[in-house]
Amino acid sequence: MSTPVLDLARVTVEFPTDRGRLRPVDGVSFSVEAGKTLAVVGESGCGKSVTALAIMGLLPQGGEVGGGIRLGGEELLALTPDQRRARRGGEMAMVFQEPMTSLNPAFTAGEQVAEALRLHQGLSPDAAFAKAIEMFARVRIPEPERRARSYPHQLSGGMRQRVMIAMALACRPRLLIADEPTTALDVTVQAQILALIDEMKRETGTAVVLITHDLGVVRDHADDVVVMYAGRVAERARAADLFANPQHPYTIGLLGAVPRLEGGAARLASIEGTVPDLMNPPPGCRFAPRCPFAIARCAEQPPLAEVTPGHQAACWRAPLDTLLEQAA
Amino acid sequence: MSAPLLELRDVAKGFPVRDALGRRRGAVRAVDGVSLIVPKGSVLAIVGESGCGKSTLGRLALRLIEADQGQILFEGEDLRGLSARALRARRRDMQLIFQDPFASLDPRMTVEQAVAEPLRLHGIVPRAQETQRVAELLSRVGLRPELARRWPHEFSGGQRQRIAIARALASQPKLIIGDEPVSALDVSVQAQVVNLLQDLIRELGLTFVLISHDLGVVRHIADRVAVMYLGRIVEEGPTAQVFGAPRHPYTRALLAAVPGQGHANAPLLEGDIPSPINPPSGCRFRTRCPYAQALCAEQVPPMEGAGHVAACHFQQNLPPALVGQDVDTGGERLRRLQAYFTDQTQRQGELA
Repeated sequence: MSTPVLDLARVTVEFPTDRGRLRPVDGVSFSVEAGKTLAVVGESGCGKSVTALAIMGLLPQGGEVGGGIRLGGEELLALTPDQRRARRGGEMAMVFQEPMTSLNPAFTAGEQVAEALRLHQGLSPDAAFAKAIEMFARVRIPEPERRARSYPHQLSGGMRQRVMIAMALACRPRLLIADEPTTALDVTVQAQILALIDEMKRETGTAVVLITHDLGVVRDHADDVVVMYAGRVAERARAADLFANPQHPYTIGLLGAVPRLEGGAARLASIEGTVPDLMNPPPGCRFAPRCPFAIARCAEQPPLAEVTPGHQAACWRAPLDTLLEQAA
Repeated sequence: MSAPLLELRDVAKGFPVRDALGRRRGAVRAVDGVSLIVPKGSVLAIVGESGCGKSTLGRLALRLIEADQGQILFEGEDLRGLSARALRARRRDMQLIFQDPFASLDPRMTVEQAVAEPLRLHGIVPRAQETQRVAELLSRVGLRPELARRWPHEFSGGQRQRIAIARALASQPKLIIGDEPVSALDVSVQAQVVNLLQDLIRELGLTFVLISHDLGVVRHIADRVAVMYLGRIVEEGPTAQVFGAPRHPYTRALLAAVPGQGHANAPLLEGDIPSPINPPSGCRFRTRCPYAQALCAEQVPPMEGAGHVAACHFQQNLPPALVGQDVDTGGERLRRLQAYFTDQTQRQGELA
């Protein structure tokens, strides 16, 4: 097996706060290979975005990362801040949910993409701008010459996200992290942007980490999935396996909570209660207080254990099929 | 079909567009000639992408903003003809729930004050019974009555949306308009609130207008659905028919774009929604429509059909639609697990 582009080993993130230490990410491990998309899925506060920022080295002040994060075999956590800055934009790039806040309103779209090329590839200003226009055409921005001279506010939301993708991919990074890249966009534009990321990935062999709350997006665009809950990995599998054979009760609930397009279900499965306060998480399995299948043993943290080859779940009751036998 | 509770006839609203110096530069026709009927006790969904005019339409229907033309009939009475005073009295019959539960509650009012305000405003119960009525309303929306003394900031998004619903129910309205009422919520919490809304609609016999871009939620709770594009309705009909056999190319594109259906490689709609300041002539969808012909630029397509209507010149000649359908990969095992999950959740809820 080839070396994965990205490999996370028991990553933790901690922030000191007035009330003590907050640990929004607690022992997360996964890896992504070249040309593959790994989706990290979960609800707000599950730690998916903090994980992304930890990989990029963009955590807010005070954030401390533990464990290991390797990019192409190189341990990122051992690098100096300057070395990490050099990796960002060159070897790894990130696309955020709201493109307007990631673009500088005072510079044209083309100048901002050109700047990345000048910094990371040492191109001359003219060559960089020409390359930026070429990138605009590749992400299928109509009239790329004119758009490159437009300011961000003159572009639509979908167009701005295309600019962000052009910027992220300009230096042919080995890793692209897309954090809810289409959440702010309309559904028809969302489909265009996700198709574009897929196409770019196929062309360049970039590994993609797709952070999302939308299981439909995962189903259509991911090769592998990590389901996160309250800072921990609840389930990890090939995308096809996760949907065919979900093993963690949280995944079961989540899948049932999404209304289906062909109708049918009279009532949505709802997961009662709310996510735990991470300052004061429940002992053991963090989903236990909301889990209808919880037993006494769930007061102990279950390990992320293999249920079937390549498919892991952190649940004492997995495989859940035994529950159905009892229920029957 | 029962008598309409709400009927819109040819309603239109434009907003002036000004340049940087404040000079008038034309107008956006946010809602342009919309007619709709909402039968009593039914759920009508208005769907469309941002800028299509769906939120404006919701506010027009409650006369929170004034229409330029058309009639807004509530139980047969034109709201546009009412005096300010008569309108205020009418307001107890219609309520609005907003998307953002963090913005729609006054941070300086306790939950009890927020829910009691409409009770007092419309003289629903004597003061002495207020506390008890608030407690009833809170338990109605699944909140413990002891929470009445708390402040909005102490609640999560889902709980705040429940408070907003309790407040909307306080005046015993006949009509509730929900403008993206579950869009800001996480999926597990969204399911709780969707289930609550469904229960309330059924048990209280509410008429509900759901404004939403989320087609899954719409499919789940609406009886009828109206699809808007650039200020106009392009298709309207019973939900199962519109989703199962969409007739307008825009509805088809919208349904096909919903992720999770296993056809990520289906042809995609090109481009963005055109500017509503200068909308395309004829059919407004023609600039993005794969089936557009010369006629579409010349004539506005009329609404055709009975019960299930669409405004497309060529609706009879389109190729078969790619019907919106999720891939059922989990099969019987997942359905049984989910049923067991819901069962056990309910059982534990009863014990608690």
